[in-house]
Amino acid sequence: MKLRQLYRACCALAIALLSAAPAGAQDAAPIKIGIVVFLSGQAAAPFGVPAKNAAELMADSLNKGGVLGKPYDKKGFGGRPIELVFVDEAGGTTKQVQEYRNLVQRQEVDMIIGYIGSGDCLAVGPVAEELKRLTVFFDCGTPRIFEDASYKYVFRTGPHGVMDNVALALYTLKRNPNVKTIIGINQNYAWGQDSWNDFIESMKALKPDVKILDPQWPKLGAGQYNAEISALLAADADVVHTSLWGGDLESFILQAAPRDLFKKSLVVLSAGEHVVDRLETQVPQGTPFGARGPHNYYAPDSELNRWLRKSYQERYKLTPIQASYKMAQAFLGVKSAYEKAMDKNGGKHPDQDQIIAAFEHHAWEGPSGKVEMKLGKGHQAVQGTAIGTVKHEGGKAVAADIERYAAEKVNPPEGVKSLDWIKAGFK
Amino acid sequence: MSKRLDPALAVFLALLAALIAFAAWLPAWAQSLLSIALATGMVVLGLTLLMRTGLVSFGQSLYLCLGAYAAGILNSKYGVTDMIIAVGAGALVAGVVAFLLGFLMATYRHIFFATLSLAFSMILYGLLVKSADLGSTDGFNLTAPTIMGIKLEGALSQRYKLILGAVLAAIATIGLWRYLRTPLGRLAPAIRDNELRVEYMGASVRHAVHVKYTIAGLLGGIGGALAALAVGHIDPDSMAYWTVSGELVFIAVLSGSASVIAPFLAAAVFETLRMLAHDYSPNTWQLSLGAAMLLLILFLPGGLASVLVRRSREPAP
Repeated sequence: MKLRQLYRACCALAIALLSAAPAGAQDAAPIKIGIVVFLSGQAAAPFGVPAKNAAELMADSLNKGGVLGKPYDKKGFGGRPIELVFVDEAGGTTKQVQEYRNLVQRQEVDMIIGYIGSGDCLAVGPVAEELKRLTVFFDCGTPRIFEDASYKYVFRTGPHGVMDNVALALYTLKRNPNVKTIIGINQNYAWGQDSWNDFIESMKALKPDVKILDPQWPKLGAGQYNAEISALLAADADVVHTSLWGGDLESFILQAAPRDLFKKSLVVLSAGEHVVDRLETQVPQGTPFGARGPHNYYAPDSELNRWLRKSYQERYKLTPIQASYKMAQAFLGVKSAYEKAMDKNGGKHPDQDQIIAAFEHHAWEGPSGKVEMKLGKGHQAVQGTAIGTVKHEGGKAVAADIERYAAEKVNPPEGVKSLDWIKAGFK
Repeated sequence: MSKRLDPALAVFLALLAALIAFAAWLPAWAQSLLSIALATGMVVLGLTLLMRTGLVSFGQSLYLCLGAYAAGILNSKYGVTDMIIAVGAGALVAGVVAFLLGFLMATYRHIFFATLSLAFSMILYGLLVKSADLGSTDGFNLTAPTIMGIKLEGALSQRYKLILGAVLAAIATIGLWRYLRTPLGRLAPAIRDNELRVEYMGASVRHAVHVKYTIAGLLGGIGGALAALAVGHIDPDSMAYWTVSGELVFIAVLSGSASVIAPFLAAAVFETLRMLAHDYSPNTWQLSLGAAMLLLILFLPGGLASVLVRRSREPAP
């Protein structure tokens, strides 16, 4: 009971503080948004916490109003302030489905933005449909969400993971047309398997005579890769593909670089941006790496991007990485859809169905450039992407030789399953 | 020796009846929470039966997972959407596997039993992770279930899942309560205390353990199928991974083995605690949950069952 009293006291204090601020329009009841990201476990540091930070930054900045330039200068969403409720994504799908119900039915949030794990997205989708609550996936990668099902209440503002490896294959072959053998080291779970599959299928489609060697499958969170590195060195392949992330990728690079794996083979990192950001020059020069979209190193030099980098750096003393960019992108997507719906509604606040109607096939500018809801009947975003190579410059790592890929070039057209599209030679 | 129901069990059955009668008035989140608690409770019921015999299985998620995947595969790959068939299939697959593994498991005790059970569950986990058709670690979704040909949507579907769970919990508790009063059932604490004496009495310890292991597997399968229906999604990480087994053992400890209804109460308490921890401390919910569990175990070392049994004056096992 003590806890509840404390909680109530905190709530009362928060409400008192909030209402002390100059009140806007009278009808501006706050919009309550549930934010579900990993706050504990392996995926918290590389993805969950950067996303949470960005959500807090976005909510506070939008609530002040006028902090971001046009068209995002309105306070909150169409004048309504935003209130966030955080939930930890750790613990597996059974718990996530239950926590989702709690968010909608007990906390009565107006919408949910979140989910990094593909399994969580797959599990939550049908429940969102059942409970009829607007749910925006911002990060999870599997294309199955909208390729295997169709939803009314579910949107994904981040592109799916297929383009990461399609672009990486295009990049690898353009810069090394004589690649003969490929090997991989990927974590033994859905993300690792899908990434490897997308990469080798793209390579086979682009260069049919390429030879695929037997890949390594360390388990998620292994941390020790000496045996795998020995096998990779022995295989002596031209290209080593890896979709490792977070601490796993850091350990792999720190163990593989001294053994000259990066000199012997071209190691390509499909989602290495957040690790390059941390390890800097410890990542060997000349290593191609992706950022799951045109984020961070690949973000355009726009006012929005400069604002995000500056204010995130000031507030957290860190660079915003992929997950932060994607969270900001989701917030701006919902905000602009909300305000679009509001305009259509004659300046009155829209209801959920009106927001959804405005969100379908919506397009907006995020800190990483243009985002378009083009797939999944207007519920799945596409975006161009970019791949570059690590270059050491003044004790820092930067991206050099950046190649940009238009959204249509690295994403399947509407109604075609990703793997079929790759196997048919990107047609 | 009497055939009369013991009072705690009678109260529990009355509670389940009330749950069935008033399910429609419960908020949807509570229906979902109770459905999951009943499913978990079913698996833990099997675990406590083994604990009565002095055996701790650190791999009971094997049967939870088999039940869930049997129900899920029938539902989404073969289009058999009936909930009762799903639960039947879960029970059958898990029961048969438990019966077969039982030949081996019945010869092991203590840490050997625990680690061997853990190993089998992790073998299943490894197989599922490599099964691309079943979505690897991402798993897959179930389609909306039906019951006896009636298509269920939204709120109705959730209510029927809860009712099915409650009916099965009632059947399982009565069944196990009666079983524990048969000569074979009564052997459980005797085996835990002194196997040699049991053998001298002329009973086969191996046979008794084998039967209990099979029953526990069967209950695990029913619980798994119920969980798959309640969540609507299955994947190896939340069904087969060793941490799932660990959580089940945790709930079993919280429950204690002296009562057949305590596992369900313990599962409900655990789910509620977890929900509150998520609400009040999103950043440190594991810590809060752990602290709450620690306090419960400190003050109730015999689990919730010790309270129930004292009240109902059941002879201590």
